[in-house]
Amino acid sequence: MPCLFPRRISACILHQNRRNFRYMLCSPSPSIITSPFAVSNSKSLSSISLSPATVDDFQAGNTQRMNLFTAINNAMSIALQKDESAVIFGEDVAFGGVFRCTQGLREKFGEDRVFNTPLSENGIAGFAIGYASMSGTAIGEIQFADYIFPAFDQIVNEMAKFRYRSGNQWNCGGVTLRSPVGAVGHGGHYHSQSPEAYLAHTPGIVVVMPRGPKAAKGLLLSSIRSQDPVVFLEPKALYRAAVEDVPVDDYELELGKAEILQEGSDVTVLGWGGHLQVLQQAVDLAKERDGISCELIDLQTIVPWDVDCIAKSVRKTGKLIVSHEAPITCGFGAEIVATIQKECFYSLECPIQRVCGYDTPFPLVFEKYYIPDKLKNYEAIKSAMEFAN
Amino acid sequence: MSTSSLSRILVANKRLPVKPVTMTSVSITRCLSSVSPVFRHDEDEHENDQQQKQKQQRLDSFRPRTKSFPRSQISKQSIKIQSPPILDNKVPELSTSSPSQVASNVTLMEEREQDNNMSTFVSPSEIMYTGDATIPITSRLHLVKPGEDAPRGIWPVFRLMDEDGSFRDGNNDGYLSNDEALEMTQDHRETSQSAASYGDSPLDQLRSTLCDMYPQHQHEFEKNGLLQPAKNNYADTQSNDTLARAHRQMVRLREMDKILQNAQRQGRISFYMTCTGEEAIHFGAASALNPSDVILAQYREQGLLMWRGFSLQQFTDQCFSNEADLGKGRQMPVHYGSRALNYQTISSPLGTQIPQAAGAAYRLKLSGKDAVSVCFFGEGCTSTTDFHSGLNFAATLNCPTLFICRNNGYAISTSVKDQYKGDGVVSRAPGYGMAGIRVDGNDIFAVHAAVREARAYALEHNAPVLIEAMSYRQGHHSTSDDSLRYRSAKEVERFAQHYDPLDRLHSFLKKHDYEGMNDEVLRAAADEEKMAVLDAMKKAERKPKPPLDELFEDVYKELPASLRMQQQELHAHIAKYPSQY
Repeated sequence: MPCLFPRRISACILHQNRRNFRYMLCSPSPSIITSPFAVSNSKSLSSISLSPATVDDFQAGNTQRMNLFTAINNAMSIALQKDESAVIFGEDVAFGGVFRCTQGLREKFGEDRVFNTPLSENGIAGFAIGYASMSGTAIGEIQFADYIFPAFDQIVNEMAKFRYRSGNQWNCGGVTLRSPVGAVGHGGHYHSQSPEAYLAHTPGIVVVMPRGPKAAKGLLLSSIRSQDPVVFLEPKALYRAAVEDVPVDDYELELGKAEILQEGSDVTVLGWGGHLQVLQQAVDLAKERDGISCELIDLQTIVPWDVDCIAKSVRKTGKLIVSHEAPITCGFGAEIVATIQKECFYSLECPIQRVCGYDTPFPLVFEKYYIPDKLKNYEAIKSAMEFAN
Repeated sequence: MSTSSLSRILVANKRLPVKPVTMTSVSITRCLSSVSPVFRHDEDEHENDQQQKQKQQRLDSFRPRTKSFPRSQISKQSIKIQSPPILDNKVPELSTSSPSQVASNVTLMEEREQDNNMSTFVSPSEIMYTGDATIPITSRLHLVKPGEDAPRGIWPVFRLMDEDGSFRDGNNDGYLSNDEALEMTQDHRETSQSAASYGDSPLDQLRSTLCDMYPQHQHEFEKNGLLQPAKNNYADTQSNDTLARAHRQMVRLREMDKILQNAQRQGRISFYMTCTGEEAIHFGAASALNPSDVILAQYREQGLLMWRGFSLQQFTDQCFSNEADLGKGRQMPVHYGSRALNYQTISSPLGTQIPQAAGAAYRLKLSGKDAVSVCFFGEGCTSTTDFHSGLNFAATLNCPTLFICRNNGYAISTSVKDQYKGDGVVSRAPGYGMAGIRVDGNDIFAVHAAVREARAYALEHNAPVLIEAMSYRQGHHSTSDDSLRYRSAKEVERFAQHYDPLDRLHSFLKKHDYEGMNDEVLRAAADEEKMAVLDAMKKAERKPKPPLDELFEDVYKELPASLRMQQQELHAHIAKYPSQY
């Protein structure tokens, strides 16, 4: 279906009773989405303005204040309700999970479908693959993405290659591995990592990272229902802190599509996950202090990523800043830069900049210095403008 | 070779050092490549020229004769057992033997008197495997369940049929548990209850004969699927004779392994792995499973796929990576897979299938299907993390999974001595809280019985079972391996001559004159299968490779934009250099 409002790139698909009704739901005012910490900023909440096309499609009463873990919980609840084969498992998911993402689900769906596994990430990943290979929907949880590495053999050698190596006879598309990522203020080496770059280097899996509750619910439902195995990375800092009005209905956000959160003409600023909140602040600072108009984009799906969207934006602005918490060397920003410089070489007015974590393990007491914060990003935006002009 | 000393070993009731057996060319050529391995490891600095020469001479003597399967030599010799200390040198009584049985027994004894080289076969009480593990034999099928007393010392190996094709009577078992004597009488009581219904087919008659000859095994014979005709004719043998099909397919598999191994040596395929010596595990297990049981194998289980119905053409198509390969030419040879036959595609990493098997079984359980998942792996794989995780998950999550370990003595060059310190693999079962049994992997009837019982247990209790099938890898690890670099030809020959599963089944069939089975018949069957393999191979070689776009398909369900772009780039590049690609 063609998009009535070309500005809106993303397509929200609203499911009703699992029939093939599709409504193009254009996202409401960007301030809702890009300010996930809306709980302290009631002004942006009251400024909900739905574009006229959505008034008939989208009932204002059908949303609920949800934080990230509630939205994820809601998504999984819907998934288990509609798909009898869906099961959730991992360490400590039975009592609700260490981040409460699975709260109440065992009581609702039973011990057979929501259960603890022994403490073994390779076991969780392998079990998920086996379950999905027999036409089941397996939602496995890796308690922290820092601990996903034992599962790497299963993810890279099995999950990613399952369909390909069998000649499309077998597949494990029903696998979704969920895992919290990202800085949390006090996580140190092993509770703060963002391993999306390692995963992205694996053809055959999909890697998704939502920026907030509303995106998370839609992306998680898409991921669970995707016919490809998905690793769904959840910014743990947002579990409680990010609150939005999230539609209570079943809806999916398209995988492989980036979303332009804020249109601009001077600089394209690209990020993913919880880090977008930092980027929003940097972009606001640049607007406020220097009148720079930034186009802020959320990649959403790390791989396969939406090259067209980013390239189109960079052709417009001529400048790109990529920012992520993970260390800069071989971080996913490197892939973006390499591809965009090739696609948009003649459009570029300045070198593409990466504002990322340093090449060190994620430090505890130095976290504030390590993080590519709003000031570092603001400086990058400024220097991009200075270079170009 | 000193024959008088051998007869002294057999008569004396004490341990004596191992004596080498006369080497025959048959077994070595059967298991090892008939052409010198092309692949050479880096020269061993310490190996001097003389050793090299001797080794080369020995290898040269193992070149095949013109006939690929000179069985006549074997038939004239009695089976000699070599190293196991004979604790009980009693010859099993054949009280209810059929006339032909008695005659053959008499023949054997006559031969002994005539020819000092020959000796009667004595049913062993123990078997010595690689790594010098001497394991007592039990002829009682007992699945050690969680909470039961695990066997003290070494877990016994369950065997029904001895090397000469006769069934054990249990009198000379090296292992007898305390409660066994009691349960044995119970088994006898059960036999009278079975209402035997015999048809007219040769298989039914054989079963009837066996029940008469071995009443203590009557119960097992009634249940053993290898001795039951199938409901419908099998497509490849055009008969419903299960046992004959198992035998025929073992012959077929043997020939296929030999020919495809040679094909690699000739450069026609890039790689191959044989399973010589482990065929009884494949067909014993496969015949005990249902088609709805999903198989997750390692890479040395092609017999199971063959039993399910994978044709020679399909095997060779995969090895030649042609357009008919179900895997679309994407993986190395022997990485078979078939959705239709419920056999998941093989992957090279060891053990990854083990936790997957637990997950697959959980799904089967939740969907209410009357099916198990069956997972195969070698003993080397049991050292991996995935083995531990997989078994632990299956036990804690109550998954109906059969974990079948082919303990074949080697993980490439690593013998079991360097692989584990404990009593093999099955001894770990109580640690995981799961049932376990150790079985003689070269006895097709025992493997079948164990897998059947394990399957029934798994389904009834929604619980996993660990089966350790003891066997021996007669061939190299793969075509990239030269196993004589790390093990003696003597050792290979010992197992090939005495513990070969095909020989054992063949002895059994000959003993009962089953379908006129003799060496001639076997040779003819082998020749037929050889021609069939060669024919399939020729056809496979001529087929074209899969279309180029299969390089990019199936990475994801739908081709993503990035891959489409890369595909276009490749096509554009090839268009510029058409003759180079």
